[in-house]
Amino acid sequence: MRYLPHTQEDIDIMLAKTGQSSLDELFTTIPDELKTKKPLDLPKALSEWDLDTHMEGLASSNISCRDYKCFIGAGSYDHYIPAIVPYLVSRSEFATAYTPYQPEVSQGTLQGIYEFQTMVAELLGMDISTASHYDCGTALAECALIALRKNKKANKIAVSSLVHPSHRQVMETYLRPSGFEIVEIPRTKEGLTDATALETMEGIVGVAIQSPNFFGNIEDLGAFKTIADAKKIVFITSFTESLAYGLLKNPGSFGADLVAGEGQSLGIAKSFGGPGLGLLAGSKKMMRNLPGRFIGRTKDANGNDGYVLTLATREQHIRREKASSNICSNNGLNAMTAAMYLATVGKIGIREIAQQNHDKAVYLKSSLEKVGFESVSDSPFFNEFVLKAPKGFSLKRADLIQNQYIFAGIDLEPYYSDLKDHYLFCATEKVSKKDIDQLAKEVTHA
Amino acid sequence: MHKQPGTKGLIFNEPQLWDKSREGRCAISLPRADVEQAPMDERFIGDAPELPQLSELDVVRHYTRLSQWNFGVDSGMYPLGSCTMKYNPKTNEVQAARQGFAGAHPLVGDEFSQGALKLMYDLEQHLGEITGFPAVTLQPAAGAHGELAGMLMIHAYHAKKGKQRSKIIIPDTAHGTNPASASLCGYDSINVSSGKKGILEPATVAALMDEDTAGIMITNPNTLGLFEENIKEIAEIVHAKGGLVYGDGANMNAIMGVVKPGNLGIDVLHLNLHKTFSTPHGGGGPGSGPVGVVEELIPFLPVPRIEKNRKGKDLSTYKFVTDCPDTIGRMHTFYGHFGVMVKAYSYILSMGGEGLRKTSQLAVLNANYIKESLRDVLNLAYDRPCMHECVFNDKLQKEHHITTMDMAKRLLDYGFHPPTVYFPLVVEAAFMVEPTETESKEDIDQFIDAVKAIALEALENPEELKKAPLLTKVTRLDEVAAARKPCLRG
Repeated sequence: MRYLPHTQEDIDIMLAKTGQSSLDELFTTIPDELKTKKPLDLPKALSEWDLDTHMEGLASSNISCRDYKCFIGAGSYDHYIPAIVPYLVSRSEFATAYTPYQPEVSQGTLQGIYEFQTMVAELLGMDISTASHYDCGTALAECALIALRKNKKANKIAVSSLVHPSHRQVMETYLRPSGFEIVEIPRTKEGLTDATALETMEGIVGVAIQSPNFFGNIEDLGAFKTIADAKKIVFITSFTESLAYGLLKNPGSFGADLVAGEGQSLGIAKSFGGPGLGLLAGSKKMMRNLPGRFIGRTKDANGNDGYVLTLATREQHIRREKASSNICSNNGLNAMTAAMYLATVGKIGIREIAQQNHDKAVYLKSSLEKVGFESVSDSPFFNEFVLKAPKGFSLKRADLIQNQYIFAGIDLEPYYSDLKDHYLFCATEKVSKKDIDQLAKEVTHA
Repeated sequence: MHKQPGTKGLIFNEPQLWDKSREGRCAISLPRADVEQAPMDERFIGDAPELPQLSELDVVRHYTRLSQWNFGVDSGMYPLGSCTMKYNPKTNEVQAARQGFAGAHPLVGDEFSQGALKLMYDLEQHLGEITGFPAVTLQPAAGAHGELAGMLMIHAYHAKKGKQRSKIIIPDTAHGTNPASASLCGYDSINVSSGKKGILEPATVAALMDEDTAGIMITNPNTLGLFEENIKEIAEIVHAKGGLVYGDGANMNAIMGVVKPGNLGIDVLHLNLHKTFSTPHGGGGPGSGPVGVVEELIPFLPVPRIEKNRKGKDLSTYKFVTDCPDTIGRMHTFYGHFGVMVKAYSYILSMGGEGLRKTSQLAVLNANYIKESLRDVLNLAYDRPCMHECVFNDKLQKEHHITTMDMAKRLLDYGFHPPTVYFPLVVEAAFMVEPTETESKEDIDQFIDAVKAIALEALENPEELKKAPLLTKVTRLDEVAAARKPCLRG
């Protein structure tokens, strides 16, 4: 096997050193009755070219192997990835390194992630960002735990029903064993979180609002901040589309205490939903409550600038059962990818990309409205929106995926049982006017 | 002595991104707008974020220079104990980057994602075969996340039985993630010491195990690199009181094809695909932490699960199912780190069953060879045959005021990544070496020579050794100042 370098001669010499006479004998400390008697029942080893054939066979039975047009998002977005991003991030000095526990030979990762923390904090208008989390769902669950631990007098947290349904489920998984409860804030007809409902809620320690929300609509975060302040509770915001903040007022400017986000849009492949990138930012007062790693700037013994992992006394390897979280590995290489993406698009690029996303989505919405789709709200949105589809669309939609490789809308009924025939559409900078016109033409004949 | 890999060479200074920024630069060419601009509602529009403004070459040079300050497995031997820093095969990257995988949207529908579902299903089967469990979930995003999933299942199991328990037994050799994961389920950790041989004694567990204890978390082989020989007896003690046995499979690289944890009395076990199954660590992730469970715990597995439906003779279809009333729920927004799964699957297919067994044999051979070769210059914490890693400490160097940390830093100058240091906590100033199977005898001999040379320096020139590392871009950093006045952004 090409990954195993030992010749028989090496094995013999090395065994002699250990005093054992065979490779099997190395396992003498394992009681015989615990050892497996049969060889592993796995497929026979493949050569690299046989592997290629096998893997392409699998990859090509996914519709995504085609040159498709993507009009869906819902937490995973089809954005253009500049060539330099995957090229640079595949440098093996980044990819094959461990967590930077030896800072003298990890300054590349350390400066890279420090810059990531800086750019994420800037994008969100927050004081600080962690070095990353797994995804938005798990980051949001951690935010909820922070709020719940801070205020021991109550055990409930209010979460908008327009937070991504999967994120709410992940939160439930994290909260249930500690006896914490999620209270859902209903939505209005306009596809927004019902602020008046939140006002009447008692015994809650925090509130989580997603903006743009799951329907793509932009929430009035300022109004929720006012309610959170009046109730003296932690104000958490989240988002699934990070590029929205190339155009929108950021959560920090509305006074968010904690922000959880999905960073997949920042140069990371969709990869069937993972690995994405959990973004986790907070105000300064949350610094010691935030879970996971931080990179900090310092000096070396000669007075040179350098970077290290810091504030580790919150973490599991030091604090064990008293740690702020159990997270160890995060999504470091994807954080590096996101930093590369943000450096590539820069201040000018992110604004332009965000604007184009918005423009295309507005054009898509009006195009579909012209061919029988019904608008259900006038709320401002970023690059996603909900429409009620005309009869027969669900069959047409499957046909479009199968035969034309057009992914048109996500059926909302499985998530919200009252939303029969409602679909969540998305447009990014990658779809052209021509693509949108073609989609509109196709669904006209539905 | 062999010529050592570490040497001087030109690397570059590189400022922070924003120090290179110039107003008006942009490293991406955007398509011309082809639809009318739609102004954003004024209530919500913000200023453009102050990101750096750079040209494409600025960005390329920045990250190329940064990368050159890093040490990866591709640079040299990385014998970090309990981290399994083996070679990360390049073909795995090629497989994961295929358009059909990397370009797959998670919500396009099961019927259009059959390749991804089949891959996940088969990977579950393969990991089940390797570990001896009837069912596996791939959803956890990392090892600690897998631990959490496992502990949540134990918690749900006791809840279902009608009586929740309050404690969990955790040996002193455990990774810090174990007690932290248990805490998230509300369990108090009861720490127990390993016996004289560096492994757990059944009597110690028997004295603590009661009907208010949810179970035990045990790493096997443990972090001293020793096989927990009494595992079966310990499992019986725990089971007799209605508890469950959690297995931390971080060290699975030692026992593939030799022992199946499912046969040891372990009820739930997590793996680290980024350790045993060769996917890159990425400077801290993304990893993947699949979890295998025994029959009784299957109802509690996270959703969605993957189901195979036979259709005719050869045709099978796969689908996600969420209708599992006793599930602990969802652990990840979608299905876990699919991109990492592709790499691990590609590794298993490249190795085959025999190759995986050989992998473990050679990993154990390399570790024992190092243990025997260095036993005269470093103090061995436990003088017993080891598995895939061996633990020394600085006892012999202490009288010259040389510590494990000094030796670790000096290894950098010789061109080696240091071992894991000061862990496990049961060994004072531990120096924990895990070479992995992909290191050749020549590279290991070089490493052994380097450690011997450093041990000699400790005797002859301890003052110089204290200054190490001398060849790295920066020398020892002030971590105390970094934590006292945190500067977390530029």
